[in-house]
Amino acid sequence: MKYHYYPGCSLEKNAASYNISTLAIAKPLGMEFVEVDDWNCCGATEYISLNLTAAYALVARNLALASKNTESNQIVAPCSACYLNLRKCDSYMTESTDLADKVNTALAAGGLSYKGGTLKVRHLLDVIVNDIGYDAIAAKVTKPLKGLRIAPYYGCMIVRPIFSGGSSFDDTEYPKTLDKLLKTLGAEVIDFPLKAHCCGGHMTQISEATGYELIRQLVKGATDYKADLMVTLCPMCQLNLDAFQGPMNMYFNTNYKMPVLYFTQMIGLALGIGAAELGIGSELVDARPALSKIGVEVPEPEPIKVRTPKEALPMPSLPEEK
Amino acid sequence: MAKERIGVYVCHCGTNIAGTVDVEDVSRWAGEVLKDRGVVISRDYKFMCSSLGQELIQKDIKEQGLTRVVVAACSPHLHEATFRNACKIAGLNPYLSELVSIREQDSWVHTDKAVATEKAKAIISGGVERTIWQTPLDPLKVPINPTTMVVGGGIAGIQAALEIADGGFPVVMVEREPSIGGHMAQFDKTFPTLDCSACILTPKMVQVGSHPNIQLLTYAEVTNVSGYVGSFQVTVKQRARSVNVEDCTGCGICQEKCPKKVIDEVFEAGLGYRKAVYTPFPQAVPKYPVIDRENCTYYIKGTCKACEKFCPTGAINFEQEDEYLTFDVGQIILATGWDLFDARRIPQYGYGRLANVFSNLEFERLSNAAGPTGGKIVMRDGITVPKTVGIVHCVGSRDKNYNNYCSAICCMQSLKFAHLVHERTGAEVYNFYIDMRTVSKGYDEFYQRLLDEGTHFIRGKVAEITDAAREPGEEGKLIIQVENTLVGKQMRIPVDMVILSSGLEPRHDTKEVAHLFGISCSADGWLLERHPKLDPVATMTEGIFIAGCLQGPKDIPTSVAQGAAAAARVVGKIQQKEISMEPIKASINQDKCSGCRICNNLCPFNAISFIEDRMVSEVNPALCQGCGTCVAACPAGAISGTVFSDQAILAQIDGLLLKNVKPLELVAG
Repeated sequence: MKYHYYPGCSLEKNAASYNISTLAIAKPLGMEFVEVDDWNCCGATEYISLNLTAAYALVARNLALASKNTESNQIVAPCSACYLNLRKCDSYMTESTDLADKVNTALAAGGLSYKGGTLKVRHLLDVIVNDIGYDAIAAKVTKPLKGLRIAPYYGCMIVRPIFSGGSSFDDTEYPKTLDKLLKTLGAEVIDFPLKAHCCGGHMTQISEATGYELIRQLVKGATDYKADLMVTLCPMCQLNLDAFQGPMNMYFNTNYKMPVLYFTQMIGLALGIGAAELGIGSELVDARPALSKIGVEVPEPEPIKVRTPKEALPMPSLPEEK
Repeated sequence: MAKERIGVYVCHCGTNIAGTVDVEDVSRWAGEVLKDRGVVISRDYKFMCSSLGQELIQKDIKEQGLTRVVVAACSPHLHEATFRNACKIAGLNPYLSELVSIREQDSWVHTDKAVATEKAKAIISGGVERTIWQTPLDPLKVPINPTTMVVGGGIAGIQAALEIADGGFPVVMVEREPSIGGHMAQFDKTFPTLDCSACILTPKMVQVGSHPNIQLLTYAEVTNVSGYVGSFQVTVKQRARSVNVEDCTGCGICQEKCPKKVIDEVFEAGLGYRKAVYTPFPQAVPKYPVIDRENCTYYIKGTCKACEKFCPTGAINFEQEDEYLTFDVGQIILATGWDLFDARRIPQYGYGRLANVFSNLEFERLSNAAGPTGGKIVMRDGITVPKTVGIVHCVGSRDKNYNNYCSAICCMQSLKFAHLVHERTGAEVYNFYIDMRTVSKGYDEFYQRLLDEGTHFIRGKVAEITDAAREPGEEGKLIIQVENTLVGKQMRIPVDMVILSSGLEPRHDTKEVAHLFGISCSADGWLLERHPKLDPVATMTEGIFIAGCLQGPKDIPTSVAQGAAAAARVVGKIQQKEISMEPIKASINQDKCSGCRICNNLCPFNAISFIEDRMVSEVNPALCQGCGTCVAACPAGAISGTVFSDQAILAQIDGLLLKNVKPLELVAG
């Protein structure tokens, strides 16, 4: 099936491995992605709290660009925040002619327009479990993730109550699709009670104590459940749990080591795609010990070469480094 | 058409009508303008429904020789019978009177007096035109069979059956399970008096089982109902018990020897076991066991027959087959009860995922001295006594995601649980409630008692129940996350055990039952009563009554009261020996009927049948309730209703449009 693909900013940088792995599994699963030409930021969680109309115009520009190409009426976002914003915007533009008029006035400056309801906004997980289907995926699994204990983590945005009177593709309080998908891949999936709790979003930047506490709860939960790793579907969640796990450990004087990977990476592994082609190895909390349980070899990360400027003075070497 | 002599009576209804409608003007107008249409007298009066008002009409009938009476007052739902009766006493056929509503359809819905007054005139004009077309009718009399069928053997059905049987009339009771007793038999204690449920219920069960006027069928279901009030034919499927009841002594050896243990999902609520041959509980009525063929080793593998080998009277009969029995009954009382809301539908509460989250029915069995633990309140491991217990109210009730209604019993039931836990284990008990609803006799006193006992009450809807520990002290516990709305703070309460007070839901097959008996369900799925306040146990189908929780969630006292009320209605009818039925019926003109059968399925009372050899449909006048659905639907115009004939309706419309008086005034107005 053909979809408009809206990667969003994080998939270009911190979540590059999410992008790589999504594109790597697209072909074997029969999904054709056409990236929205000249897309822009969705505004994440911040812009909407500053100026609603401008924020929706920003999101609507992407919908307008995508709807120009009529090959598909579905737009897929792998990022939960992008998904939520696109869906909200589409829904509110359908409901409110006032908002739609304002947004379209702004879009007209760029020769664009969008009519609410033209596109169906989908999250990547929704597309994979409902369009491709568990059975079709199971049939393609060549290297089952047998022996890997996984804590599925959905985060809070993907399960938000849904707009436009539509129904969510999963339970809004206690979702199940990722659990079932990971089971299909052969993994041992724990019934993770914190699966839809908040990762803290940008709280690490605003209030360390709050942000780190939310991260601690999740990492502790997964560790208490003896998970080998956490699997998520949101770049923000992955960033918080992975990149801030170290600072959180320092803050609480704990020593958690819970690797956090994307579900697309797990699908890729089960389909027999190499770890390197799925961007595995770029995470900060080392996933190699966990993945070695299922015989996946992750290439050693290349040592970061620091070029010494010619003008630099020699450093004294410490005794144990010899 | 012979010129009729019509009297028009306009009611003030205090200020209900007179406050918005100029009744004197309306009355004067009717007397003058409708004179040509046959109105010989027109009066207004403060309360037409009062004795004096009625006498006014009767006097005019006699003195003025009225042949038609039009009363403009409230809805026919309220006083049609009153004025028909008044006419009858004065010697005028009651169906020649017409009650038109200028209250519900006029004064109550308008504020502009001039407009409301003009509308009242139009309504009266319609009534006058219509009444001209009416013909005298006599009520139908049908004899009534004194036997009553009670469907459902819970406390409501038991009460109804005993009241009727004690009154000297025969009862056939049909129960789906192997024993009567219903949900009440599962409970240990009943609120608020804490008397033992079995002790007060089983004597009544024994009475039902041994009453000479009661024929008891258990392990049986109604499969077909035909006929009408006074003379229903009911087919009952008696499932094969695989036990000859004439030989069985109820000694219980078969249950003891049966090697097959099955989780009892019905009586033990999934918390205990039974055998493949079983009576649900020791005091079961009747005492005869049944063999559950789905689980019996003999029916699965073809060998075993342990029960047969050990049965001292040779009562086991593997060859027994289902039987279809037909009963002629005059009236039917439905008391089929409720199902428990499945808390698995709220996954964040953990029922089915977290071992120590229990449903309320599970807890009833857990606390029952005859239950799987002998009444010891322990956690799912069967040993550990909980030190802290959380009880969550309103699970699946008062929640727009599940059921909007209040399940009525959960507050009191939760208080009862709190008391039992406290009394038997000394555990700390936390109740999480949205609002406390303790409204019946002795209920609030029980709540006060629980407050004195030291039970904690936290006002707030529980967000989730989790085993993910966050703080020290939470490890190994179930943590209840809740906003205490009285303090405005989020709280996490670690407990050992959680009891979910799941709500009551209509039986899963209520829709089929409603269809079978020709009655309707409310939007929530409960069976619909004739009037929510004034006629709560009757249904829109004559001769079929409802009692207990199938009408809506209720406690034991109310269920018993409804059972008795339904019985009183039934006995009252039986003593009349015959029932007079409204002569407002549909009839099918057989020459016009094309045999399309559209009306057959539309009839909500199953009153229309198809005559195969003549290829036409026919209305059974005793079943027909005169609703008019078929009249409107018939594409050939072959069906007409008495009182609602096409001529009468069209004449009424012309009257409403004032075509009978001044057609031009309508255009101008």
